[in-house]
Amino acid sequence: MAKHLQRELENIKKRILSLGALVEDRVRLAVKSIKSRNTSEAEQIINLDHEIDEIEVEIEEECLKILALHQPVAVDLRFLVAVIKINNDLERIADEAVNIAYRVKTIAKNKDCNFIFDYTMMAEKAKTMLRMSLDSLVHLDTDMAMKVCLMDDEVDAFCSRAYEQLKESIRQMPDKVGILINMFLVSRHLERIGDHATNIAEEVIYLTEGEIIRHGNF
Amino acid sequence: MNENLEMTYNEELPETEPVAVKEIVKKKNIIQESFKRVHARRRLTQGILFTIFRIAAMINGIGLAVIVFFMVKNGWRAITWEFLSQVPTDSMTKGGILPCIIGTLSLSIGAIAVSLPIGVASAIYLNEYARPGKFLRIVRLGISNLAGVPSVVFGLFGLAFFVIWLKMGESILAGSLTLGALTLPVIIGSTEEALKAVPNTYREASLGLGATKWQTIYRVVLPAATPGILTGAILGISRAAGETAPIMFTAAVFFTPNLPTSVFDKIMALPYHIYVLATAGTDIELTRPLQYGTALVLIALVLGMNTIAIIWRARLRKRLK
Amino acid sequence: MTETVKISAQHLNFYYGDAQAIFDVSLDFKPCQVTALIGPSGCGKSTFLRCLNRMNDLIPISRVNGKILLDNENIYDQSVDVVMLRRRVGMVFQKPNPFPKTIFENAAYGLRVNGVRDKAFIEHRVEESLKKAAIWDEVKDRLNESALGLSGGQQQRLCIARALAVEPEVVLMDEPASALDPIATQKIEDLIHELKESYTIIIVTHSMQQAARVSDMTAFFYIGKLIEVGETDTLFTRPRLKQTEDYITGRFG
Repeated sequence: MAKHLQRELENIKKRILSLGALVEDRVRLAVKSIKSRNTSEAEQIINLDHEIDEIEVEIEEECLKILALHQPVAVDLRFLVAVIKINNDLERIADEAVNIAYRVKTIAKNKDCNFIFDYTMMAEKAKTMLRMSLDSLVHLDTDMAMKVCLMDDEVDAFCSRAYEQLKESIRQMPDKVGILINMFLVSRHLERIGDHATNIAEEVIYLTEGEIIRHGNF
Repeated sequence: MNENLEMTYNEELPETEPVAVKEIVKKKNIIQESFKRVHARRRLTQGILFTIFRIAAMINGIGLAVIVFFMVKNGWRAITWEFLSQVPTDSMTKGGILPCIIGTLSLSIGAIAVSLPIGVASAIYLNEYARPGKFLRIVRLGISNLAGVPSVVFGLFGLAFFVIWLKMGESILAGSLTLGALTLPVIIGSTEEALKAVPNTYREASLGLGATKWQTIYRVVLPAATPGILTGAILGISRAAGETAPIMFTAAVFFTPNLPTSVFDKIMALPYHIYVLATAGTDIELTRPLQYGTALVLIALVLGMNTIAIIWRARLRKRLK
Repeated sequence: MTETVKISAQHLNFYYGDAQAIFDVSLDFKPCQVTALIGPSGCGKSTFLRCLNRMNDLIPISRVNGKILLDNENIYDQSVDVVMLRRRVGMVFQKPNPFPKTIFENAAYGLRVNGVRDKAFIEHRVEESLKKAAIWDEVKDRLNESALGLSGGQQQRLCIARALAVEPEVVLMDEPASALDPIATQKIEDLIHELKESYTIIIVTHSMQQAARVSDMTAFFYIGKLIEVGETDTLFTRPRLKQTEDYITGRFG
């Protein structure tokens, strides 16, 4: 009986990790499209989002099934709870990537506006946080997960700077306010991606240590 | 850290190999084939053996039927009210066997009165109180040997001990004590079996409620074992009623004109009466019908006592259900 | 601190002849709580349970080392009356074992053997304990029928009523629901929840789900040793020791 449960758990782990890879891919594409302002790339992200939603639903149903049939305890139970929450966070990250795609489309319409703010570093940071949080899930590495939590502050700092800079730009170019707001929103979406990656890292810590360390209490 | 959860992306589930499946199918065929081969022979063997067993069981019933039939055929003519209620007259060629009936009844009841209390008490001690050890083994050895002592030896023992040494003389008392000693192993054996058959869970439950050992035995074990004990008593009584050798020296006489009035009286008994009539009577051929009649009465008496005990036991069993 | 411990084992060692079955177990049981003892077959949990009311004394080759304190008095002391101890520490067994008597006599048995004669009192206690065991409504009209005519679940509740009638302080249960169907099991578990308000209950169970549902504290035994003991919710969400976790997640045992 336990063997059956172990197989199911390993199955779920594979699936959540491949969802993670898929979402990572989307984020990577979204970050690329910010720089390139390529509307076709943005379209791709938007059109394929339903795939991720479907997978998220499947994984959640699978978890519920295992909980009902096997009534796992201790580490197995914590694992399933973590998977359900990480599942949710991954889907939200994908949604944020779609939101970035929409912003890119809007910004790209205006050909003659230069990017005031260089999102490269912030985007890379957010991407790295996602990668690291998924890695920490694979290896159950709490140290790595802790690092992700700390990196969130840096991403938040980037967001504040973007806010300041874009405030200044709006004062200087009040007629471009629409574009500028959209650019600011991109930084917000990246900051949200960072938050969700932090959540994933917190889940990993709970899974491994059994300690709930949400809401920045560490 | 829980190493057992670690996994890489590339681990795959093992797949069943096609070769393994063929092996299983081949094995199934072997079993099916050998089953077909031996099936007919096995059925025949089974049928033959069951028939043999059935015949063996039937021999029991047939044996009893034959004996009873023989007795009835040869003795029914002798059974009259006079036969059952009168004392014998004319050198036993006429009259009745009343004193024998009374004698056998009193000896049987006496034997049980002696052996039942002692036997049940011994069995309780052996099964509930005794600790395993040398003493216990010696006692058990003694009991099983007692069961094997020939009945005529019991008779001589009774003569030497009860009649002569304890000065009881030939009497119902001496006869009962001797017969009691004879039936003791039977009672002990069946009582112990009955006690062993009472599930230990009853004892545990009782002790767990704060009862002492004796309370447990008295309130739970004995009542549950009573049907089994009665079975033993039935066996004991039947044996006591039919024994001739033990009572020949200790209680029974060929003829006494009076019915017994005290335990120190000598009495006549049915089995002894049959023996006497058939071997040393005044006119063996003439008294033949009386012999069969007496035998018939003895059988009827034993069956009667058995039936009463069986009915009593059945009612007890129903109450316990 | 000791006032809040009802019964406790202190460095208990138990031997069947030469073979040791319990190794240095120390375990406290607080009053009005349910403690579950879990562990694989043969780990000594039933043996340990039976030490608590000296039922193991019935085994001639058994030997005990260490102490068991009931309200701070060692029950293995020479001066202790075992019969009285067993009135204070009652037991319910794995297989329902009502006596082959009437339902009323079963419930009244404990009172009678302890010398109670007052008929009215006995009737009152019998009704009270049958009610406590949640079986009164089902048997109140057939108190004089044989107890063996009840279903398995009813028989077990009768055995619980029988144990409660003598007003024990601690109730030991050795896999009380393992011979019963799921609905009867559910009733027994509900009963345990109610009883824990007045009695200290120690239950041995093979089913970890049952231990999780029913108990406040859980103790994990393995090959005669106490491995881990803790509050049930903690033990089943994040146990301290890997051995415990391996057992409760079914990776062994």
